[in-house]
Amino acid sequence: MLMSKIRIATTSLAGCFGCHMSFLDMDERLVALLEHVEFNRSPFTDIKHCGSCDIGLIEGGVSNAENVHVLREFRDNCKILIAVGACAINGGVPAMRNHFNLRECLEEAYVNGAGVENPQIPNDIELPLLLDKVHPIHDVVRVDYYLPGCPPSADAFLKILGDLLAGKAPSLPYNLLHYD
Amino acid sequence: MSADTKQNPITQNTITIDGQEIPFQVGQTIMDAALAAGVYIPHLCHRQGFTPHGSCKLCVVDIASKSATACTMPAVAGQQISNNTPALNEARKTITQMLFIEGNHICPSCEKCGDCTLQAMAYHLGMLDGHFPQFFQRREVDASHPTVMLDRDRCILCELCVRASREVDGKNVFEIAGRGTNAHLIVNSASGKLVDSDLETSDMAAHICPVGAILIKESGYKVPIGQRIFDLHKVSEIGLEKIILTKMKHADE
Amino acid sequence: MSTGGSDLNSSNMTDLLRSVISRVYAESPNVLHVLYALQRQFLHISDEAVREVAVHLDLPISQVDAVVEFYSFFHKIPRGRYDLLFSNCTSCGYMAGGVDLMAMFGRRLEIAAGSTRDDGLVSMDQTSCIGMCDHGAALLVNGMPIVSLDVAMITRIAALVEAATPLEDWPAEWFHVEDSIRVSGLLLKDDLSEDISLRAMLAHGAAGTLSEIVQSGLRGRGGAGFSTGMKWQLCRDAQGAAHYVVCNADEGEPGTFKDRVLLHSYADRLFEGMTVCAFTIGAKQGYLYLRGEYRYLLPHLQTVLARRRELGLLGGDILGQPGFSFDIDIVVGAGAYICGEESALIESLEGKRGIPRVRPPFPVTHGYLGQPTVVNNVETFIAAVHIVLRGSAWFKAVGTEKSAGSKILSVSGDCAAPGIYEYPFGVTIRQVLDDCGAENVQAVQVGGPSGTLINSAEFDRKLGFDDLSTGGSLMIFNQTRDLLAVIVNFAHFFAHESCGFCTPCRVGTILLKNGLDKIACGHGTRYDLDEMQRIAALVKCRSHCGLGQTAANPILDGLQHFPQAFEQRLVHRDYEPHFDLDAALEEARQVSHRDDTAAHIK
Repeated sequence: MLMSKIRIATTSLAGCFGCHMSFLDMDERLVALLEHVEFNRSPFTDIKHCGSCDIGLIEGGVSNAENVHVLREFRDNCKILIAVGACAINGGVPAMRNHFNLRECLEEAYVNGAGVENPQIPNDIELPLLLDKVHPIHDVVRVDYYLPGCPPSADAFLKILGDLLAGKAPSLPYNLLHYD
Repeated sequence: MSADTKQNPITQNTITIDGQEIPFQVGQTIMDAALAAGVYIPHLCHRQGFTPHGSCKLCVVDIASKSATACTMPAVAGQQISNNTPALNEARKTITQMLFIEGNHICPSCEKCGDCTLQAMAYHLGMLDGHFPQFFQRREVDASHPTVMLDRDRCILCELCVRASREVDGKNVFEIAGRGTNAHLIVNSASGKLVDSDLETSDMAAHICPVGAILIKESGYKVPIGQRIFDLHKVSEIGLEKIILTKMKHADE
Repeated sequence: MSTGGSDLNSSNMTDLLRSVISRVYAESPNVLHVLYALQRQFLHISDEAVREVAVHLDLPISQVDAVVEFYSFFHKIPRGRYDLLFSNCTSCGYMAGGVDLMAMFGRRLEIAAGSTRDDGLVSMDQTSCIGMCDHGAALLVNGMPIVSLDVAMITRIAALVEAATPLEDWPAEWFHVEDSIRVSGLLLKDDLSEDISLRAMLAHGAAGTLSEIVQSGLRGRGGAGFSTGMKWQLCRDAQGAAHYVVCNADEGEPGTFKDRVLLHSYADRLFEGMTVCAFTIGAKQGYLYLRGEYRYLLPHLQTVLARRRELGLLGGDILGQPGFSFDIDIVVGAGAYICGEESALIESLEGKRGIPRVRPPFPVTHGYLGQPTVVNNVETFIAAVHIVLRGSAWFKAVGTEKSAGSKILSVSGDCAAPGIYEYPFGVTIRQVLDDCGAENVQAVQVGGPSGTLINSAEFDRKLGFDDLSTGGSLMIFNQTRDLLAVIVNFAHFFAHESCGFCTPCRVGTILLKNGLDKIACGHGTRYDLDEMQRIAALVKCRSHCGLGQTAANPILDGLQHFPQAFEQRLVHRDYEPHFDLDAALEEARQVSHRDDTAAHIK
């Protein structure tokens, strides 16, 4: 009897995609994993919206309105949501802008910064507005598990997914627990 | 001292930690006695050779179900102490999370990563996330000094630098000012800047910080990932202080 | 302005600073007093002032700076010429009358809370309970209390400030703070002459006097209830270069004002009690640590001290006893509830931040300047005086077995007759409520926010160290009160007053405050409530001192005895975000001048 595969969706919000790259560092072990899982919305598949999924892997923190909408879509459609990497867990490097107010950041980047020509803060109806602070994703939606690392190693990904596939609560052994 | 009672020399000056009898000398704290016997009680603001402080509260233990701070509580014969219990470690994890969300601890971009006692403590306690909402407080960096950098984002108010400056260096470079969560590290100089203080690179206070708040400039990332202190050791190992302090010249080199 | 002119100004400023510092220090060698004088005169304590103080008092700059930043009444940035502090206490606060008087004042003078107006005329902010709870809404203007505020008074105060009318020309009756003594007992019914108990003390001798105190069963009246006799005995027996007597008049527990009344009307008794203590422990020097909010009582207290010196009751050779000399200095605090904790008080006396010490050792062996020190409450010293004269049996005959004598209560809140009530220990809450004319009582906070919140099922419980303990505060809330708002008020108080030393309290009180705010504004879920419980338990169990150990009490009591207050505010969703998402976009909306649908989040 064919068991349906576990459906996984992934996204990077205010992230660098490093966690996605690290995921792919499992190299050929991906082939074995794909016996049991299939990817839904994800940069890996280019599927644009979530169907009903079992697991959502979220990389990156919440920095703008679009991040919020994407995150909510994931929460609505994924049974289990996992915050992957430093940015999703505590805001990470993007959250270093929380030290300054938003206007200061935008002016430094687009007006006063070195080498800027034709200074102006980009403004278009299609651009998502930035939140005044970058937030971890668990400030916005309920998160089920956390996979720390910057990025978490491929082994760490496999451990967590392996636990979930086996119906166990995911846990990281000491040697796979890193914040960097 | 009654002559007819046979005093068992082993139990005379002993405390019990998790069922194990530990000897102590009068005047020692529970922490002193435990570490001397090779029993690890988690701690951040405690350091052998410095006046016990008692602020981080990582070292909380239960003495007959009453909470005590092991690094400041004197050892008294007969104390029945719980240390390595799930409940206590859960409390310590929560306290560690409180420290993480109070400051701005961004490990990936911190030079202390891998050598940081706060981080190692979090690994030891199995902390996966900060759990509570981050405060994102604005804290100031002082890079004025030619060789020593002060980044208050990471300060955990352990006052090791304060004590080191006073008790070892014979100076008084650091102090904590303010109240509540506005408490912050200040520098004893007219301008408040580190460059105007009498801090020197050779001071213990410049090297004692257990986190990345006080860092020696141009010395980060010299030791590759995989060979940093807490790549090679666990925070629960006794006697790491020497290794940590001589980070510039790694003990394993 | 020419460079020469500004040089002159800056060197004038330096001279002025130095003259203020040296004058005040000569009169009263305590850094708190020097900083107060600078704050008064210059409306702030500048970096230069900090340096000058450090030089003159031979202190590290960092220590002076640390002190300035610790106490609420010292500021590095100039305050207005009129510095208005509205109490935020549930009994004497700006909301006490049901109208937000602070907001009203702010609108009239176009000033936001927590700020100084651009023209430098006025500052407005809230402050923790100022001890005027029997008089309704109250404020401090330049340190002077104005009580019984209402809308009309606020309007007049605003006008006086706007016109920059000197405080001396404001209505004098505004600054008059009545004692409202409703029920007197052992201590308040006082018809003693000044020195009878001192003569009795001399007759007993030091050991005999101490024995009377021990046998009386007197326990500290500040709230902790430690055996006074044992405390004095331990101190007497302790080795030290000098022994000290300290009176803790830092009455900061919201809802407590009984020491205010005792200081105002029974100061002689207090100083006599300190003298008795000094005699038994061998002290030559005593300190009255007076909370900054009661600074208006300072002239009166100084007068009483001066008179006692003239009468030979203080100073050298008291009552002609050669070798028995004792005198008292008054040190005024600067706005920090934690300084009511005895070891933090001693740190403050020593010119540092009020951080509670590691105990053991305790003040009785290692206190002020590391020397044996007794720290006791105002009421405790006064009780001692009566015991010395009338005997321990007289005292023990009143009260209960574990709690001898009487307790002076400050009753406030929703009652017809707020004020001072003295009862024998063992009195029921119900009795107090009847006597003060409280009706439709929903809850009583016994012992202030750090005490116990009880509901009507518990009104037959008794006041005493074995049941309901209190330093004196008793706040009454009737059925119209939003209890959750009360508990939120208490949570804000503790977060504001935490000294910041230990992690559980420093961070935990903020988490509790934020979590409660989330629930109170209708964004709390069951999860948030469970989190409150968990954090509260940790703060209570693992904090360094009594502040942290009791800070979570209102929440824990509330969850246990008034769960409805929380439940009815919960949203029944799985999860609510921890911040207002739409508000978080406001800055971006302003920068981009956008207000379309996509510029908002639901």
